[in-house]
Amino acid sequence: MSDLLAARGQMAMSLAFHIIFAVLGIGMPLLMVLAEREWMRTGEPVWLDLAKRWAKGTAILFAVGAVSGTVLSFELGLLWPGFMEYAGAIIGMPFSLEGFAFFTEAIFLGVYLYGWNRLTPRAHWWSGVAVTVSGTISGVFVVLANAWMNAPTGFRLVDGRPVDIDPIAAMLNPAALPQALHMTLAAFAATGIAIAGISAVALRRDPTIQVHRAALRLALWVAVPASLLQVVSGDLSAKFLAKHQPVKLAAMEGHFETARGAALRLGGIPDEAAGTTPYAIEIPKMLSVLAFGDPDAEVQGLNAVPRDEWPPVRITHLAFQVMVGLGTLMAFASLWVVVCWVRRRDVVADRRLLTLLAWLMPAGFIAVEAGWVVTEVGRQPWIIQGVMRTADAVTPMPGLAAPFALFTLLYLFLGTVVCWLLWTQIVKGHADA
Amino acid sequence: MPEASPTAVGIATLVMVALNAYVVLGGADFGAGVWDLLARGPRAERQRAAIADGIGPIWEANHVWLIFVVVLLFSCFPPVYAHLSVVLHIPLTLMLVGVVLRGSAFTFRAYDSTDSPVQRHWGRIFAVSSTVTPVLLGMCVGANASGALAVPVDGDFVARYVAPWLSPFTVTIGLLGLAVFAFLAAVYLAVEITEPDLQEDFRSMALRAAVAVAGLALAGLWFGRGTLAEVTAALTGRPLTLLFQTLTAIAAVTTLGALWRRRYRLAQGAAIVQVSGIVWGWGYAQYPALVPGVHTIGSAAAPEVTLRLVAIGTAVGLVILLPSLAYLFRLFKAETTRPFVRVDTAEHPLPPRPKVPR
Repeated sequence: MSDLLAARGQMAMSLAFHIIFAVLGIGMPLLMVLAEREWMRTGEPVWLDLAKRWAKGTAILFAVGAVSGTVLSFELGLLWPGFMEYAGAIIGMPFSLEGFAFFTEAIFLGVYLYGWNRLTPRAHWWSGVAVTVSGTISGVFVVLANAWMNAPTGFRLVDGRPVDIDPIAAMLNPAALPQALHMTLAAFAATGIAIAGISAVALRRDPTIQVHRAALRLALWVAVPASLLQVVSGDLSAKFLAKHQPVKLAAMEGHFETARGAALRLGGIPDEAAGTTPYAIEIPKMLSVLAFGDPDAEVQGLNAVPRDEWPPVRITHLAFQVMVGLGTLMAFASLWVVVCWVRRRDVVADRRLLTLLAWLMPAGFIAVEAGWVVTEVGRQPWIIQGVMRTADAVTPMPGLAAPFALFTLLYLFLGTVVCWLLWTQIVKGHADA
Repeated sequence: MPEASPTAVGIATLVMVALNAYVVLGGADFGAGVWDLLARGPRAERQRAAIADGIGPIWEANHVWLIFVVVLLFSCFPPVYAHLSVVLHIPLTLMLVGVVLRGSAFTFRAYDSTDSPVQRHWGRIFAVSSTVTPVLLGMCVGANASGALAVPVDGDFVARYVAPWLSPFTVTIGLLGLAVFAFLAAVYLAVEITEPDLQEDFRSMALRAAVAVAGLALAGLWFGRGTLAEVTAALTGRPLTLLFQTLTAIAAVTTLGALWRRRYRLAQGAAIVQVSGIVWGWGYAQYPALVPGVHTIGSAAAPEVTLRLVAIGTAVGLVILLPSLAYLFRLFKAETTRPFVRVDTAEHPLPPRPKVPR
């Protein structure tokens, strides 16, 4: 394995691991404060039980998210010193702000978890709100820094060096809004659908378990609006890509030849050598509509740029299909729930809906992972779109397969432990309650 | 050598403040893990419980200071961050493994209440990684202070990636870091604990650690006598040096005396001054070099606009952060008869709470 590949592998693995905890670290506190709010409102013990279970889960997930996030802040330099030396001064701003948001989150999580009997109920609830808000903001700041890698702004290149640096313009780059919106909604949708799925499994067996009925209700409050809005946000992202990263969009679509009235491809396996995407279902003119809102608009194909500027087309295309497919299913399930709500029908009574939700339990997380593959692999060979190649950013240190192997083993171990802990401490307890 | 702007010097000072906070807050958490590992005798389990209670609500917040140091370095002094990341790749990677294992094991131990043998394993992982991580951190600091990070670019693997951080001097500084953390932890625990027998235990731990700190500091001077010649010359030639040294010495004597006479609050204050004195003494001696022989504040600083924005961002951030932090500490470190409750466990059932009228 080449050192560059090992570095990319380690970064991908660390991000793939961390993003699960980041997403849950945004979604779980919201569920936790919603449950506590219901308890304060109604005084029903089932809500307190839920709030405490979810708080426990938040604590475990936050701890792992915090340490894996610390690892990433070091890995940026350990693996990509060339990138950080170049970009640190330009995108350090959102990272600094993220530091403060994360700090605030850590403080109020400590207050929340250990302060049940030291605060008034109202103050305790507000400390949970502070965790939710600062967690969400901290996620947004990290995404802003990543967005800059896709749409680098806020500097001028003179002899290969950045000058006239404007960190504010860099932070508010064109990718900032679409990416931050898409990721934040993804966090709420993925967490909500996962919790709803867990409860759906239990309610299919016994529809009377109070704690699962309560959990399902709150989880759907979060998941349904997020999953539906995600469709709009996805469209915003497509329009951004068409304008700023046409090569990534072309790879996502397996679109090789520049064409007017381009068709949208569902499925298919891109063949880079032949420059075609066989086995795809094609919807005429749809890609032009989605990219530019005009059925006859010209959509740039991969052939418009030299081969050495192509991302791995097959991976990007397939990951995109997975993300969109699962996102569509989640939106469909959400619509179904809305129909139930409008008709004042009990969601739990609809066994087919429960089955769908149960199957969708991991869908949000798979979609998030696939989405990150699209955004990161789709940007290759660039680490900063059009400015710096990934190969030029990697550390000169040889033998990078060793740390890659080390962190892979470490994270496999941690992942197993976390799953086991969440299962024994939180999910299984529901049945006993 | 480019002249450093006042903003750059200000941010470099901020890095030192964050590092200082990490040492006196996060460092004590590491040190507490060391005592968890070394707990022996009939009161070992009670000592461990006291340690867990002392760290509990505040440990996550304490460790964010490290992230601050990293973030300030890469936004405001990007070449320094890049250089350190390349040369110190191996010890930093190992340190990260320690950070991951320590942080997760502590939480897993707290929430894994199913059976005690498993909990003991988590406790052991927590304690061992608490001990190893500070040594690696100290080695990195020692390597930087000794000027060994001015690495020849044409050297072989060992010369470029191992030799700079692996020497008798860096190992001594690593152990010194460990001793300092353990010392702080024992002093803090002696303040927090109310049971007299445990308090005596932590007092004797603090005294032993103080001896280790003094011994290792002397050893560090001995091993560093050649490489540190430049630093020592700077140390003796600067006007504020004498102030730092005197302050650190007075604080050290005060800590020992206060521990001896069982005046724990005073010992805590003096220990913080003493350790901060060491941190700032090192920073001041190295000034204006960030990586001696490679980068100074002036040569590595990001453009002024970035520095200014980060300074403004930090000022605004601190307005939110400091009151929150004060609240956290007041809530859990103030003297009160009510224990704090970690979510809900069998040992700490949550008292019923009245319904809130809307």
